[in-house]
Amino acid sequence: MSVINFSKTILHNLFSKPATRMYPQIPREYPERTRGQIGITIEDCIFCGICQKKCPTGAIEVVRETKNWSINRFGCIQCGECVGVCPKKCLTMLQTYAEPNALKTRENFAQILKSAPGEPPRPIVPETQIAPPAANPIKE
Amino acid sequence: MSTRSIVPFGPQHPVLPEPIHLDLVLEDERVVEAIPSIGFIHRGLEKLVEKKDFVEFVYVAERICGICSFMHGMGYCEAVEHTMGIEVPERAKYLRTIWSEMSRIHSHMLWLGLLADAFGFESLFMESWRMREKILDMFEYSTGGRVIFSVNKIGGQRKDMPDEMIADFVRILDGMEKELKSLANTFLNDYAVKSRLEGVGFLTKEQARDLGAVGPFMRASGIALDTRKTGYAAYSHLDFEPITSTVGDSYARTDIRIREIFQSIDLIRQAAAKIPSGDVAVPFKGNPTGEYLMRVEQPRGEAIYYVKANGTKNLDRMRVRTPTFANIPGLVETLKGCQLADVPILVLTIDPCISCTER
Repeated sequence: MSVINFSKTILHNLFSKPATRMYPQIPREYPERTRGQIGITIEDCIFCGICQKKCPTGAIEVVRETKNWSINRFGCIQCGECVGVCPKKCLTMLQTYAEPNALKTRENFAQILKSAPGEPPRPIVPETQIAPPAANPIKE
Repeated sequence: MSTRSIVPFGPQHPVLPEPIHLDLVLEDERVVEAIPSIGFIHRGLEKLVEKKDFVEFVYVAERICGICSFMHGMGYCEAVEHTMGIEVPERAKYLRTIWSEMSRIHSHMLWLGLLADAFGFESLFMESWRMREKILDMFEYSTGGRVIFSVNKIGGQRKDMPDEMIADFVRILDGMEKELKSLANTFLNDYAVKSRLEGVGFLTKEQARDLGAVGPFMRASGIALDTRKTGYAAYSHLDFEPITSTVGDSYARTDIRIREIFQSIDLIRQAAAKIPSGDVAVPFKGNPTGEYLMRVEQPRGEAIYYVKANGTKNLDRMRVRTPTFANIPGLVETLKGCQLADVPILVLTIDPCISCTER
């Protein structure tokens, strides 16, 4: 009696909460282990470069001289390898996902270097655009 | 004699979930012959093994398929572990088993939904996918990802599941089992569903053996072979028998997959009761040498991972043979003599994953 069987499901669905959520209005609660994106507490970073070496996609770039740590959010696969190897535990896995973007950019984090007296303060570049491969440049 | 015509079917087609191309030779509405061609989404993942070192390649192996991603990662890891002689801790083996069986449930639920969609039973499709969502949530709770899990590594697992989490999962699966029984009742006893599945696309036992079919497609034809019986991961400690049917039509394949979901729930229950405590990974040194052929039972059937290492950090060769590739000759055989309207359902009954096939 499959007709009666399915009408039970219909009745249940009529009087129960929907299985889906009104997404942007009701935000999603992420579980603790969700691998969203990599976060960094830049003040604790010692720029050892282990994360750069261990990154399977080469998304992280560490420049010791300028005390700059940058990540290509679109190259990162959120495997969490860098979080595991970081000796200062300044890398964390955030639950929120990276925001969409029309351009492929590299997010920069820099420790503020003390500038010599008289020298203007060093600028921090928040985002740099990743150059497209030379073989196929973007056509305007 | 009626005139013959050739209808190109796919790679893009409203009823096809995956880009396979078939040239259907028709006599009126009847299919006389089907000529498959694949290669539309080749990604060259096997070649990447020369660029990425063998530890990093786990992430590439995982991305062969979006449904069996856990098992692809595991199969590759086990193959490399065998060449290096690494003994994985018992707890990691059980974790691999639990996650593998969860993948199987979610793959079969997805397939049931697609099947319902193929014969136009939309509410059944929604019900199947609603239930599948619970498994995906369980994956997110335990691994942090819904599709790509990144928990496999050479030498064990990267994440552990606390015992409370496993107990929670068993409780969720218990509840799911009840809902699934009523869903299975509709799939197996509904008149409309039966009329589309019964007596369509026969594959005999001899044909299945000769054409090298694998997985539920083969077991529906009466061959009791299951690679899990070789005892990789923790399967040697668990009690189960391959599920078979002797009929060999589309209905039998649906029946087999539904029963396999129940079997998977049972296997998770067994594994949860037996899982030992301890480490989940062992450290290792050096690079792999030698070669190994690993066989893994995926939701769609048996997958083969061939690994050849030369003592450096890059492997010489990594070869994957996925279940769909092995099932295509069987599919072509079942298509012979069927009606054109049955082609989408018959393509679906092998549970095609063309992305895996073309790697």
